[in-house]
Amino acid sequence: MNKKIGKITLANLGRDNPVFVQVLGICSTLAVTNVLKNTLVMSIGLVFVTALSNVTVSMLRKQIPTRIRMMVSTLIIASYVILVDIVLKAYMPDVSRQLGPYVGLIITNCIIMGRAEAFAMNNKPFLSFVDGISSGIGYSYVLLIIAFFRELMGSGTIWGVTVLGDWWVKWSIMVMAPGAFFMLAVFIWMVKGVILKDAEVAK
Amino acid sequence: MSSGIGVFGIFFAAVFTSNILLTMYLGMCSFLAVSRHVKTAFGLGSAVIFVMTATSVINWLVYYYLLKPFGLEYLMYIVFIIVIAAFVQIVEMIIERVSETLYTALGIFLPLITVNCAILGASLFMIIRNYTFAQSVSYGLGSGVGWMIAIVAMAGIREKLANARIPKGLEGAGISLIIAGIMSMAFMGFTGMIGLG
Repeated sequence: MNKKIGKITLANLGRDNPVFVQVLGICSTLAVTNVLKNTLVMSIGLVFVTALSNVTVSMLRKQIPTRIRMMVSTLIIASYVILVDIVLKAYMPDVSRQLGPYVGLIITNCIIMGRAEAFAMNNKPFLSFVDGISSGIGYSYVLLIIAFFRELMGSGTIWGVTVLGDWWVKWSIMVMAPGAFFMLAVFIWMVKGVILKDAEVAK
Repeated sequence: MSSGIGVFGIFFAAVFTSNILLTMYLGMCSFLAVSRHVKTAFGLGSAVIFVMTATSVINWLVYYYLLKPFGLEYLMYIVFIIVIAAFVQIVEMIIERVSETLYTALGIFLPLITVNCAILGASLFMIIRNYTFAQSVSYGLGSGVGWMIAIVAMAGIREKLANARIPKGLEGAGISLIIAGIMSMAFMGFTGMIGLG
């Protein structure tokens, strides 16, 4: 049992990482990676939703009729997203306004749906919980790395604190839309390079 | 309700300056997965235009005539996603009965659309920006057209790329993202023509 947990976690953080290996669910979250703080809030929300919807789907998996299972899991996910949205609106109105519709768009994030379909439908609640948490974190750390570089290069700040002085020419393209695409592409390139090299060494 | 820019303004802004795919990152999953051939991209694009316009209209009506009078705005997400899923299901059943050719052209893409973030995104933006009914229709249509332009252009580029030599690590997703970035820069050239709040 313990071995299995470790295996699932490692796979979700590395080899099967949802973002750079499966390239899933980047839709709703690339948009918020221009500021580190927003990304962190979004990531926490995402981990929460992934983990709990995985548990719920897994507990109900024997009751859900196969024909409408997509619909049921979407509804479960949507309910948790509403929770996140209400909490954000109440305690962090500024962040909530900046994130705008992207909190709601967690619903259509393919990762959550994918984990519910692929994992929670066939596994026990506890294992599903672990899977949800770890794939959420595997997703979040990639986003945080991207957000870190985008904020640093785009505005010369980290977490809103100026790190690079006046000598730094701000790359305003990094905080705009194309920056996210380039950053993610470079990230995938580097990770794939490492994986390819490992595969060659293994041969 | 805001009525700063006209209906046509919103349409052009949604197609070019605020392209839902290239500046809002919505609908990336299917954008990367289904952009290998121009023909399939075109099929998916037309299905998106149709569903996006129709669901924007339905969701607008539901929000302002059902949710708002009863103070149920917080149920917005769940209701919107049900409307979209149900609408897609119904359309699929109808075109399966009515036209065989249309079904083979569009039918296979319809289930994909339910989980397309762009559809839900368009509905949410429309509510957040307080669009009137006419503005919502043109926003839904414009976003759909913008999405289709982006995916068809992408598919065209990727068909040519099949003959190019690409570094191994960049194959597949990597190069697609870089192209998307360059396309997004090109679309940024339209900024200043017209703006969306």
